[in-house]
Amino acid sequence: MSLLEVDDLSKRFGGVVAVDSCSLSVPAGSITGLIGPNGSGKTTVFNLVTGFIPRDGGDVRFKARSIAGLGPDRIYGLGIGRTFQLARIFPRLTALENMLVPVRRAGLRALLSHGQWGHEKARAMEMLEFMDISRVAGTLGGALSYGQRKLLELAAVMMARPELVLLDEPAGGVNPVLLERIAEHIRQLNGQGVTFLLVEHNMSFVMNLCHEVVVLHQGRVIAKGKPREVREDPAVLDAYLGA
Amino acid sequence: MTDAWTLGLRIGRGAALKALGLVVLAVFALILPVIAPDPATTNIAVFTVMYVGLATAWNIMGGYTGYISLGHAAFFGIGAYAFGLLVIHLNITPGYAPFLLVPVAGVLTAVFAVGIGWIALRTRAATFVIVTIAFMFIVQLLAENLVKLTGGGAGLSVPYPHDWGGDFFNTPFYYAMLALAVIALAASWWIRRSKFGLGLLAIRDDEDKALAVGVPTRAFKLTAFVISAALVGMIGAVYGYYVTYLYPQFVVDPLIGISMVLMTFLGGLGTLSGPVIGAVLLERAQLEFAYRFGASRLYLVLFSAVFLVVILILPRGIVPSVADLVRRWRRPAASDATTPAEQRVAS
Repeated sequence: MSLLEVDDLSKRFGGVVAVDSCSLSVPAGSITGLIGPNGSGKTTVFNLVTGFIPRDGGDVRFKARSIAGLGPDRIYGLGIGRTFQLARIFPRLTALENMLVPVRRAGLRALLSHGQWGHEKARAMEMLEFMDISRVAGTLGGALSYGQRKLLELAAVMMARPELVLLDEPAGGVNPVLLERIAEHIRQLNGQGVTFLLVEHNMSFVMNLCHEVVVLHQGRVIAKGKPREVREDPAVLDAYLGA
Repeated sequence: MTDAWTLGLRIGRGAALKALGLVVLAVFALILPVIAPDPATTNIAVFTVMYVGLATAWNIMGGYTGYISLGHAAFFGIGAYAFGLLVIHLNITPGYAPFLLVPVAGVLTAVFAVGIGWIALRTRAATFVIVTIAFMFIVQLLAENLVKLTGGGAGLSVPYPHDWGGDFFNTPFYYAMLALAVIALAASWWIRRSKFGLGLLAIRDDEDKALAVGVPTRAFKLTAFVISAALVGMIGAVYGYYVTYLYPQFVVDPLIGISMVLMTFLGGLGTLSGPVIGAVLLERAQLEFAYRFGASRLYLVLFSAVFLVVILILPRGIVPSVADLVRRWRRPAASDATTPAEQRVAS
């Protein structure tokens, strides 16, 4: 069963067609990779799915319900989390406070409730421990290393228990040791039932981690399937090598 | 173990000192009109506490979300006019009764703030600043031109209690301003520790990221804007009653709007005690300046000098800078990498 379905999605920026009738689906419980050369429209697809930019056409369905036209906060509330290409955290909040910002249902309760409620704080500490960064819980986000920021961003997104997480280049700019740790965290979270859709340029990372791979080129889906099948697809080789 | 014990003792001692300081401050504020009843002193006290309230209220929006409104004087004026018009049209006998209308003036200001915020908060950064200034001038122009309602340039006379004479006149206004300052501080403190406040600080740091983790940024910003404006409106209402005559250029005064901003910047943006410290220091300095150099607007030169000092030497304001110094003094060795939340600027 598909958790996320992208149907005929299109986006133009002036004369540039960034996403061109793109259709893809993310099976529930999978780790799906979205790959493609630079400028192929991967991040734009992420921004369209999470409501950061308005679409020109097409539809996005999450759990069979259309989410096209909803804002990013509403989409997060429905259970879709995301990270950014360059890890984005709140620099003037501590790592722990960064963990406590995410909200799935904000209402009057947010105004009345304590920012560091016991059970939420306990879960935040648990997630920080899971990511092995609990010792920096009291450190300001701006003082963390890039690797710690990557882990913190992923940990914070998980706070509101999203069912689907979109990771934009989780391996970007991190060393091989941390890369393996991130892959392991993703595998473990996936084992707990979280579905992932990730954009990545590191091919060995994608091939080792993903169950399904979708290839974008010039805004269009040119191949999809198991990693091994996709790797040998002539259209994919053409797109990457420009042959 | 010993280290943890010493740290616990130190934090405990710090908290006790803080509590003691607050009690002393509260007692001093409460008995001030008794120990110094002369009108000159209580008049200074009324204005000082007024600015404590204004800067604290402004900080709820400007400090926590990072949206710098230079137009909060509009809400000050709306509160003052709403109060004056209510007292006049409801034929309220001057005395203590009109103070009951202060919350009503706050609610009316909040209604205006919803409309203004709805539009202004569609913009960010410098554009937001400009839009708030524009709104303030629109309100000032309306106050000048809606002559039948506001009296225009001729002013609006608010009935005042004739029987409160001599040394006593300022006292009820002092306590009303003090109560509003305490309410503003309590609101600021509550918001800072709430989930809502955390959302506001997240907006200040990275608004798009906040959206990505579910913070309904528009609703949060508007709520903070309205709370901040309502508090400023209520303070404006008491001011209107105090000065008894409302002129557009004095109640919708850009300098009042700029003062609350400057006081917050001087004390420490986004901190609880910063606006209080900034307001006490600047108001005192302004009065001293006016006393020495006459009642001209020469104090504006002082304000610009303070702005320059803040920008050049204390860009984060007094409270965060002093907190930094204290932290370095307590932990001389490489402590920057792990900055505990408790020792941060929050207080």
